[in-house]
Amino acid sequence: MKAQDRTWRRALRRDWQLYTLAILPLLFFVIFRYAPMLGNIIAFRKFQPGGSIFGEEWVGLRYINMFLSDPTFWNVFTNTLVLGGLTLLFCFPLPIVLALLLNEIRTRRLKRFLQSVSYLPHFLSVVIVAALVMQMTAVDGPINQVLKSLGEQPVTFLQQPEWFRTIYVSSEVWQTVGWGTILYLAALTTIDEQLYEAARMDGASRWRQIWHVTLPGIRPTAVTLMILNIGTFMAVGFEKILLLYNPLTYPTGDVISTYLFRMGVLSSNFSYAAAIGLFEALVGLVLVVSANVISRRTVGTSLW
Amino acid sequence: MVTVGTSRGYRVFQAVNAVILTGVVAVTLYPFFNILARSFSEETFIRAGEVNLIPRGFNLTTYEIVASDPMFWRNYGNTVYYTVVATLVAIILTTCYAYVLSKKHLKGRTALIWIAVFTMIFSGGLIPNYVLVTSLGLRNSVWAIALPNAISVFNLLVMKAFFESLPRDLEEAAAIDGLNTYGILWRIVMPLSKAVVATMVLFYAVSFWNSWFSAFLYMNESELFPVTVYLRNFIAGATGVENAGAVAGELTQAAANIQSVTIVLTVIPILAVYPFVQRYFVSGVMLGAVKG
Repeated sequence: MKAQDRTWRRALRRDWQLYTLAILPLLFFVIFRYAPMLGNIIAFRKFQPGGSIFGEEWVGLRYINMFLSDPTFWNVFTNTLVLGGLTLLFCFPLPIVLALLLNEIRTRRLKRFLQSVSYLPHFLSVVIVAALVMQMTAVDGPINQVLKSLGEQPVTFLQQPEWFRTIYVSSEVWQTVGWGTILYLAALTTIDEQLYEAARMDGASRWRQIWHVTLPGIRPTAVTLMILNIGTFMAVGFEKILLLYNPLTYPTGDVISTYLFRMGVLSSNFSYAAAIGLFEALVGLVLVVSANVISRRTVGTSLW
Repeated sequence: MVTVGTSRGYRVFQAVNAVILTGVVAVTLYPFFNILARSFSEETFIRAGEVNLIPRGFNLTTYEIVASDPMFWRNYGNTVYYTVVATLVAIILTTCYAYVLSKKHLKGRTALIWIAVFTMIFSGGLIPNYVLVTSLGLRNSVWAIALPNAISVFNLLVMKAFFESLPRDLEEAAAIDGLNTYGILWRIVMPLSKAVVATMVLFYAVSFWNSWFSAFLYMNESELFPVTVYLRNFIAGATGVENAGAVAGELTQAAANIQSVTIVLTVIPILAVYPFVQRYFVSGVMLGAVKG
């Protein structure tokens, strides 16, 4: 214990100026990251607007039981899983495919042009993307123009619950797939050219080269991105859904985060919403930790 | 064996690949050109669903309507103001912490790193944050936008990785010359880090420029909205339409058209700087990936 004290004292004497640089950032983390984590305690305490941010009195599991017996909660829970699953299903593998296709382009300027275009949507505000989606799917928009020319009736896509998932996932694909190729393209350039030569010597076709050399080469990148994707699984594009959904599309579009936004911010049921939010965050934590463990055990790559 | 690269199968593949990638480019760019065409078109043609890639009934009326709405410019100005302040705060805090974390000899460094990294995998969530910002009295001020998002841990790790890659002897020489830690950071390290600082400024600036949700949550009056919230109120069919219409007195050139113009005017700054800044983003992401 004594020795510990002494090394700390020596570290403080030598590096006190460095430690002072850390004060403001640490204050940021304590106030705006860790205090809200503790603030989740209002899931178990009665909260009064204007009162303590940590609530007034214990109510035990009241709010937990409340949402567990709330049919709307289970509906939004299912929607979250479906939308999260569909997003993962499309937005995870498509960047790999696009990166492999881009990698086959031999003209450097053409390749750079293709990359620039495909990264572009990433830089747009989610509000802009939502507005573009609305224009594309509008009754007078391009999609309905095609339908009209085929002699079909126009469809009010954003008011149909059965279209919401398609629209949401398509817009995610449109915005994220190009940017998602960056890390794969980088990984592809690090694959040793000799491996390809060796494969050619063995008579491997291009497909077999991709299967046996290229894909194993980008596997660590893919696994890392997979774990990160699973970590954000529960939080599915909250802001975009908030912009795109409406009461007509709640049956498929309403997810946990939008539901708790309405419950908390709009209806001021802060404790109830916090209980749902805590549940969401814990499920997310469990998902990312288990994805990490599984990938470490099976493929030997992990985030930590 | 050499023929593999130029075999018939491969040529077919190249052709198919070209078709697919052309399709990707078309799908990516189509919405932009469609919006541009709509923004210059006459309402009747838009309503009839006859505007595609070329404007019909070319006119600038809608641009005049939007440009003459003082609220639009006011909110545009807010976006600039919020972006500048928030980026400044973010860059200062991120640089300081990244520099501290890059010092491998520092006692307690691992704990300091974990304090940051843990927030990547677990967060307090919307409601406690909302309650906190409200009870701190930050509503209706730029601080409600700047402070809760002051450090992005991803950017922090990018900067830390960069600082770690700097040669140490320069700093040691400066220390021997009697410069203290702040002097070393400001006069030695920062001039060497212009590229990474520029990248970080871009990362933060674009994310603040694009953000809308904090402002939507914490700003009560339309004079305080950034332009993203102005646009969101349009697409949500809220207040914007009457405002713009009342100002110009031209309700015929209504919602959909004004929306296209607002989109165009909001996207222009991003598109204007995009070709120049894109490579910084790419290199920043790479740097982050090495250490992330």
